[in-house]
Amino acid sequence: MLDAARTITPTPTPNPSPQGGGERTELVAPLSINIRNAFTDRIGGAAEYVVIPALALAAALIAFGIFVALFGKNPADLYFYMYQGAFGTWFSWQNTLSRAAPLILTALCTALPAQLGLVIIGGEGALLMGALAATSTALVLQGAPPFMVQIAMVLAGMTAGGIWIALSGGLQHYRGVNETISSLLLVYIALAILNQLVEGPMRDPSSLNKPSSREIGAANMIGTIPGMDVHWGLVFGIVAAILSYILIYHTAFGFAARVAGGNVRAAKVVGLGVGRLILIICFLAGAAAGLAGMVEVAAVQGRTNANLAAGYGFTGILVAFLARHNPLAVIPVAVLLGGINASGGLLQRRLGLPDASVLVLQGMIFISVLASETLYGRFRIFRQGGA
Amino acid sequence: MADGSIGWWVVPVAVLGGALRVSTPFLFVSLGECITERSGRINLGLEGNLVMGAMCAYGTSYLTGSPWLGVLAAGCSGALLGLVHASICGLPRVNDIAVGIALMLFGTGLAFYLGKPLIEPSAPILPAIEFGSWSDIPQVRAALRINVLFLIGVALAPLLVWALATTRWGLILRTAGESADAARAMGYSVNLIRMRATMIGGFLAGIGGSFLSLYYPGSWNEGLSSGQGITAVALVIFARWNPMLCFWASLLFGGAAALGPALQSVGVSQGYYLFNAAPYILTLLIMIVTCSPKRTLVGAPAELSITK
Repeated sequence: MLDAARTITPTPTPNPSPQGGGERTELVAPLSINIRNAFTDRIGGAAEYVVIPALALAAALIAFGIFVALFGKNPADLYFYMYQGAFGTWFSWQNTLSRAAPLILTALCTALPAQLGLVIIGGEGALLMGALAATSTALVLQGAPPFMVQIAMVLAGMTAGGIWIALSGGLQHYRGVNETISSLLLVYIALAILNQLVEGPMRDPSSLNKPSSREIGAANMIGTIPGMDVHWGLVFGIVAAILSYILIYHTAFGFAARVAGGNVRAAKVVGLGVGRLILIICFLAGAAAGLAGMVEVAAVQGRTNANLAAGYGFTGILVAFLARHNPLAVIPVAVLLGGINASGGLLQRRLGLPDASVLVLQGMIFISVLASETLYGRFRIFRQGGA
Repeated sequence: MADGSIGWWVVPVAVLGGALRVSTPFLFVSLGECITERSGRINLGLEGNLVMGAMCAYGTSYLTGSPWLGVLAAGCSGALLGLVHASICGLPRVNDIAVGIALMLFGTGLAFYLGKPLIEPSAPILPAIEFGSWSDIPQVRAALRINVLFLIGVALAPLLVWALATTRWGLILRTAGESADAARAMGYSVNLIRMRATMIGGFLAGIGGSFLSLYYPGSWNEGLSSGQGITAVALVIFARWNPMLCFWASLLFGGAAALGPALQSVGVSQGYYLFNAAPYILTLLIMIVTCSPKRTLVGAPAELSITK
């Protein structure tokens, strides 16, 4: 029972307890936590929800500094180059924001289902399917007006990604298949489909070393935001995050989703269609990641190949957890993690660190943030203003 | 039929050989996860243990010249990651599934970081026993060249069934998995039991990783494992938390994973990537068929958060 109460998100008890009626008193405590979370999230997050993740982040950065010091690198250099590579110059800011764009979208892929108590980690698969669908659409519509092609790419990418994650959600609800595992398996299946198609039917004969699809054409690329070297994907991401926030916290549908996430039986008692909620939320979540795939094709790669599996889907999981699944908080956290990603190149060149050092740091941040869950409610200073 | 050429029979022979060969990592990871889950906790991060184990085994074997020391190092690295998982999950209000995801990312990242210099050099690999020396057909001999780790895994499965069912240790473990309250009432620390179970599970998963780098495919690179760890975790659910069923399921998955290369060896290159995804598709289909939203799974430890 206690394990069910150990919760990731504002939504304890991920699944309904199969044995009916026999609820024990322990469940009362997490439910009250849930109500408080909902309240504080609504007013934009009390100080506790900023300070504790920030402390966790700082702890991870210190741990990473010690880690590189073990390999004879100076931690001061590390922090300096990380800052330089992420936020030091206008150039690095643009690099950071370009990487933040897909992270916002893939983070929504984990954050939205989390409102229902589902742990979806297959954003990478939805991203790949979205990219594949967007590319195919653009290749079929060659010659059509670019604006129409772009709209069609967005729709195709979102639909493909949405179906991919709705599959996980639907299997969870209708067949009881664990959504965490199924969504991850679907990543590998999506990658296999992508490889199969770019090696076979979609292959551009001139791509020798790295099999790729044909290019979607320069006219169909979505280009950059005027005045900066950041593509429109950033705007897509921010709009998607704001819309998600409104949907979850300011609509009856979002309220129903949060009720169902808090307690499935209560949701059924008041007549909510939990299956419908799961399918729609998971579709929207996958659509966000699919849009990330479309953006990567139409703003960065220009074609589909295995480069698309660059790990944005997996970093998005971390962004969602660090943002405590709040769609608005996802935006700054994605910028932060985008910055860490962006600084990887500089760390490699200046300090000779392997490119995987970014992965190690991300892992440390993730572990530290999860461990910090245990700190909530333990500091008295937050209690006066927060609850 | 010409000597040495067995035509289409190559495919079933290669699938059988693959089942015996490719199944070993599945076997070790699923046995490890089985122990952890029977104690009432799920460790989704065994993919990280697997990759980390593969890197440690290869590095140790390269530096010391002894592949068996590599296997030991792989196990110890897995046990360490298990210790991290268990220590964090032991804190109140921390979700074990999320920690598993974090450790999966951390373990693979750390292995790539530390393993960067190991991509070039070649390390001594594990020995194999020729069970096929009676046959003149090279494919059969290749299929029956069996690694010692596989045999250890085969022995381990019934041993675990026996240990879980009859020993004092097994009883305490299962008590923690079925009812944490009962274990506490008996005076045992549930956290300590689960920590040990997670460390043993991590140790076995690490050994599974050593098989990847020290026998098949037998080298270290960043694409070494593509989800065998997570597939094995799903396999435990399919095997109903029974070590013997884990063994048979691992053979099945190994065979499925060998299908793509086997078909390619007879010239069927159409759909190579799709056949490579066979284990994942198979896992998903099996989970769809065997899971049910109506009831708790038969054999599931009652304390397990994933089935609640």
